[in-house]
Amino acid sequence: MVSESTDLMYDFPPILTRNVHRRGSERIQVYLDHGGYLAARKALRMGSDQIIDQVKCSRLRGRGGAGFPTGVKWGYMPRESGTPKIIAVNTDEGEPGTFKDREIVERDPHQVIEGVLIAAYAVGANRAYVYIRGEFFLGVKRWIKAIADAYEYGFLGENIQGSGFDLDISVHRGAGAYICGEETAMLESLEGKPGMPRMKPPYPTSEGLFGLPTLVQNIETLACIPHIILNGPDWFTGIGTEQSTGPKIFSVSGHVRKPGNYELPLGVPLREIIEYHAGGVPGGRQIKAVIPGGASTPMLPAEALDVRMSFEDLAAAGSALGTGGVIVMDESVCLVEVTRRMSKFFAHESCGRCTPCRIGSQRIFEILERMENGKGKAGDIELLTKLVEGIDGHTFCPMGAGLVNPVRSALKYFYSEFEHHITHKKCLTPQIAMV
Amino acid sequence: MITIPERQSQLLAALYIAQEEHGWLSPEAIRWVSDRLGMSPGQVLSTASFYSMMKLEPCGVYLIQVCEGLSCYLLGGAEPLINYLSRELGVKPGETSSDGLFTLEVVQCLAACGSAPALRVNDELYENITLEEIDRLISRMRSGDL
Repeated sequence: MVSESTDLMYDFPPILTRNVHRRGSERIQVYLDHGGYLAARKALRMGSDQIIDQVKCSRLRGRGGAGFPTGVKWGYMPRESGTPKIIAVNTDEGEPGTFKDREIVERDPHQVIEGVLIAAYAVGANRAYVYIRGEFFLGVKRWIKAIADAYEYGFLGENIQGSGFDLDISVHRGAGAYICGEETAMLESLEGKPGMPRMKPPYPTSEGLFGLPTLVQNIETLACIPHIILNGPDWFTGIGTEQSTGPKIFSVSGHVRKPGNYELPLGVPLREIIEYHAGGVPGGRQIKAVIPGGASTPMLPAEALDVRMSFEDLAAAGSALGTGGVIVMDESVCLVEVTRRMSKFFAHESCGRCTPCRIGSQRIFEILERMENGKGKAGDIELLTKLVEGIDGHTFCPMGAGLVNPVRSALKYFYSEFEHHITHKKCLTPQIAMV
Repeated sequence: MITIPERQSQLLAALYIAQEEHGWLSPEAIRWVSDRLGMSPGQVLSTASFYSMMKLEPCGVYLIQVCEGLSCYLLGGAEPLINYLSRELGVKPGETSSDGLFTLEVVQCLAACGSAPALRVNDELYENITLEEIDRLISRMRSGDL
């Protein structure tokens, strides 16, 4: 049951997804008919400092997983105009449980182009690269068409809308590597190399693509920009919580009646998303565990469902907002199998650059595989814990932590299931037949 | 004035073109790309071999990719679909049928978790997939109607 609370956000009018259900929403004319590019026209008459200031005041935080303050990042871009500056747009959505970027790029690409244009103008970048996940065939087509149309309508190219500002954008397809969603791996891939992360610092804002200052942003972050410019930072901070402002698209999947993308203010209770918006768990079954922010965020037990979906509340609850990919698991799942499956993903996607991730993920997968198959040995849980400690904080990029989180949280909340698998060579969970 | 080395950033795009032209990234295709971009074949191969969508072996007419991600698994996807396809097509995951028609692959998240289970045939995504839907897809592929 949804608790009787005064701050339910049932009827939040969509902002970032307000166009996606319109017929032909991907077309520039439809976008223009509904207020599209008004923010860009406004921004091109503003000073770049003023724009950066507004983004800072909005307290917008990146929507790609790390939650870094966007305006602060823009402020890190060098001011001098001598060197070319670059915007790199991250559309390499690959975090299991997340499908929000695919919806934006397929159904409202112009909203992102408008955000890119404003960002580029603000930081003085004349070149933007869009990196899109290789599997997004429709998204690639829509991006290319949208960019071509934006050139034709004078929102890209030379002297945009008579402002004297130039911007060129090109689209680059990834080719099936989860790691390329990590910003420096994405830059390597854009340079035509294997997508292996770089050491940070230097951060991309000082040395990014081809060594040039580069602003890397997720597309949901960029989609927020036109709304901030048009409605002002105070309007934006009026949505969400003190430290997590604005709307967020939550992708909900797994054991719910109505899986899908739901745009809601940050700070919405997890329970409201699952039980109200996504229709709750079917078949009268109970929730066992929820992954709140994509596969690499720590899972939470059913008792934690009242947590608010904000950066600060999820951190306090021992998890993270991540990408906002909510995966709901009911009482029929075996957490050993869930963890095994996730460790397989991370072992498969490890780029191989650093040993803790490359070998550690593989060993963790092997242990979980034998546990799941009833061949777990005494000491396996201790070994898992040891491996997790050995990986955590010792990898080159955040992907190592991506594996640590699901394993550690599963052991924390569902220890008895792992124990049962070892002592009884089978699941503690009664298998419930799925539809 | 510093100029951006645009050519280098076209490597993946060039590999996609070569793959489409040649069917897969044969040694000739790799050389074709390296000649055009002014890179060494080793450099090109080093990049190509990193990415799972770059095919360094011949691939079937129909590349069938079944997601084994968590969300697909939770809704009855992954193994049941993979095993069914494997039996019906007579190929193991990672293999191509002897007639060169089908390649079956197990892949990670396709960003279709909201419409799981999902699979992909070439550049088309199929969502909310069932065994009946798979039967229909197989007969359409067999008759060259997909």
